[in-house]
Amino acid sequence: MPVEVTMPQLGESTYEGTIGKWLKQPGDQVERFEPLVEIITDKVNVEMPAPFGGTLTAVLVAEGATVNVGTPIAMMETSGAVAAAADVRPAGAPPPPPEDGDGERARLSPVVRRLAEEHGLALDEIAGLPGSGAGGRLTKDDLLKYLERRAGGSARPAAAVTAAPRPPAPPGTVVPAPSRPFPPPAAPSGTDDEVVKLSPLRRSIAQRMAQSKREIPHAYGVIEADVTMLTRWREANKEQWRAREGVNITLTAFFIKAAAEAIKVFPMVNSAWTDDGILMRKAINIGVGIALDEGLIVAVVKHADQKSLVGVARDLDGLGRRARDGKLTLEDVQGGTFTITNPGVFGSIWSMPIVVPGQAAILATDAVVKRPVVRGEGIAVRDIMHLGLSFDHRIFDGAVAVQFLNRLKAKLEGFPGGDAALTDF
Amino acid sequence: MADLRYIDAINQAHHEEFARDERVVVLGEDVGRKGGVFGATAGLLEKYGEGRVIDSPLAESSIAGVAIGMAANGLLPIAEFQFADFIHPAFNQIVSEAARMRYRSHNAFGCPVVFRTPFGGAHGTALYHSQSIEAFYAHVPGLKVVVPSTPADAKGLFKAAVRDPDPVMFLEHKRMYRIVKGPVPDGDHVVPIGPAVVRRAGTGLSVFAYGWMLHEALAVAEELAPEGISMEVVDVRTLAPLDTDTVLKSVAKTSRALVIYEDNRFCGYGAEIAALIAEEAFYDLDAPVVRLAGPDVPGIPYSKPLEEWFFTDRAKIAAAVRALAGL
Repeated sequence: MPVEVTMPQLGESTYEGTIGKWLKQPGDQVERFEPLVEIITDKVNVEMPAPFGGTLTAVLVAEGATVNVGTPIAMMETSGAVAAAADVRPAGAPPPPPEDGDGERARLSPVVRRLAEEHGLALDEIAGLPGSGAGGRLTKDDLLKYLERRAGGSARPAAAVTAAPRPPAPPGTVVPAPSRPFPPPAAPSGTDDEVVKLSPLRRSIAQRMAQSKREIPHAYGVIEADVTMLTRWREANKEQWRAREGVNITLTAFFIKAAAEAIKVFPMVNSAWTDDGILMRKAINIGVGIALDEGLIVAVVKHADQKSLVGVARDLDGLGRRARDGKLTLEDVQGGTFTITNPGVFGSIWSMPIVVPGQAAILATDAVVKRPVVRGEGIAVRDIMHLGLSFDHRIFDGAVAVQFLNRLKAKLEGFPGGDAALTDF
Repeated sequence: MADLRYIDAINQAHHEEFARDERVVVLGEDVGRKGGVFGATAGLLEKYGEGRVIDSPLAESSIAGVAIGMAANGLLPIAEFQFADFIHPAFNQIVSEAARMRYRSHNAFGCPVVFRTPFGGAHGTALYHSQSIEAFYAHVPGLKVVVPSTPADAKGLFKAAVRDPDPVMFLEHKRMYRIVKGPVPDGDHVVPIGPAVVRRAGTGLSVFAYGWMLHEALAVAEELAPEGISMEVVDVRTLAPLDTDTVLKSVAKTSRALVIYEDNRFCGYGAEIAALIAEEAFYDLDAPVVRLAGPDVPGIPYSKPLEEWFFTDRAKIAAAVRALAGL
């Protein structure tokens, strides 16, 4: 019997994928779980195993094309019962999210659905509107206001038609601030402006960051750490370490180790908000932002608390290499419980990052800068950095955030350096 | 129009109905010489004598049974039960006899009895003087159940109940007797059994309540208005038959519903309103229907802190309203 093969959901927040390369051609016999097609998503490139055994009869999506998750990409001919019994999820893919799971599927109240239908609004259109209800839920009032604005012509036209260029405001008039939802800026109209198509990665970042800022009440704490001893020790020894361990022991590795220790003392930092309560995560899996040309990707050092400094550095090295080669696996990017972002490498001295949805906090490690500081009665030149924590204020308060940061600071500052071994950190 | 206390409006209604129709009689414990445990029947014995104002033995089943017999023989009896807590022995008479009379007799006989009783918790009235019993009786086809919440309604609905050709459970929240005061129309003021009434119009969410809870809800509505929460407060006042139109119209307007009742939450009367809204107004809802009611323990405790824990007070109502408004 003929069956459809659909674009799988690869990763927690992907909703589209690009066909990289068809590994089988129409007419080919395919074993179940045999690699069928290479798929590129915002996060990873994977070979999708055939969900059924049988014959590939048609390829529906050409190489290079991007389609939404769930879109049929190929047809196969299977032998009856097998298909029915087959697990249609590709091996390795996460189970489908529960119906009202994590917000990927819009949760709309009955009255909102009814009004949408009465006004001919596609659910997709309204699902993206910012809501004033709990967790950003779209309420009846939100929708009515949207309809009003829409009728008034200030909102986006329902269908993607070419928008008429806006008449320029007469000189001296104040252009009103956009009300929610933000109307998109006018399409290019004879200027040199151009629209850059969103890459899957960009789109995913946009969606996740907007979701976080919408749902998570962010609060921030920043403290100063004197890492002179640590940087001196590292500068003095890093070549020797590299020769011996075969890997660069970066400052980030120290931060991860120190953060994992501080989390053990303040486990609340390693949690997640749910409507039923605060989900305390037992594993300490620390995500690390890796900047690529296409955008930021977060790779995860698993069980950071159980690894040595060298082990963490090795993980970081491997993740960084795979990220740059586009070879990250799903395993590499999933399961993070806390995140460290390192804007310091670009010279930022004070950053306020956005919490990754599903986590409680994110640590920003800013640039180490030489500064004159008061020590005793004198002024000394020391290596100073800022440690900043953005956190979900629903879960804990500033006291916990700053105690966590102080613990981190104590670890980084308290290290004597000198002829200590790496394993002493 | 005079400002009367709730209990005085009930008493006035008795006097007017006694004067209007000589078939009206009252029986119950201490209704005669004492004038009723709360004073609802004060002055009747002196005016109308022992033939129409009857002090009964301490036997609720017989109060109900005798009243049913009187009704079958052409009188219009008012059966008073001192506290709703004591009405349970009469359950069989009320449910199996009075409620089914018309049905059982193929519409040949009605049973025009008013079963009057104070219900609900007041300060320190504990297990034997605090019960809410409305859900037991609202469940029974053939009984009308009214819970007037203002002095004017107490008078008007009482008159309607006396004149109704079928049995009516007339429930008075005892905490209101001397606390709730209001204007009561003079003369033959009758409020029909059935229609609910919107006591306070609003747009943000609908609150459905009756008895003392209605007054608490109105107070909360006043308290929360400055926060921008616009509560519509609906006085259900007739529990059976329920005015479904008014309920549904209100939900269509506000899209959010909170049902409050003092009784234990499980299978309480408010569950029926919540179910009605879920079934009939689903596509008007912007948030789940919420019930706020007493905890499921066997009675209102005597201990003051535990009594407070049991009671649905203004703070609990305000919290529920804020939560629902913020969904």
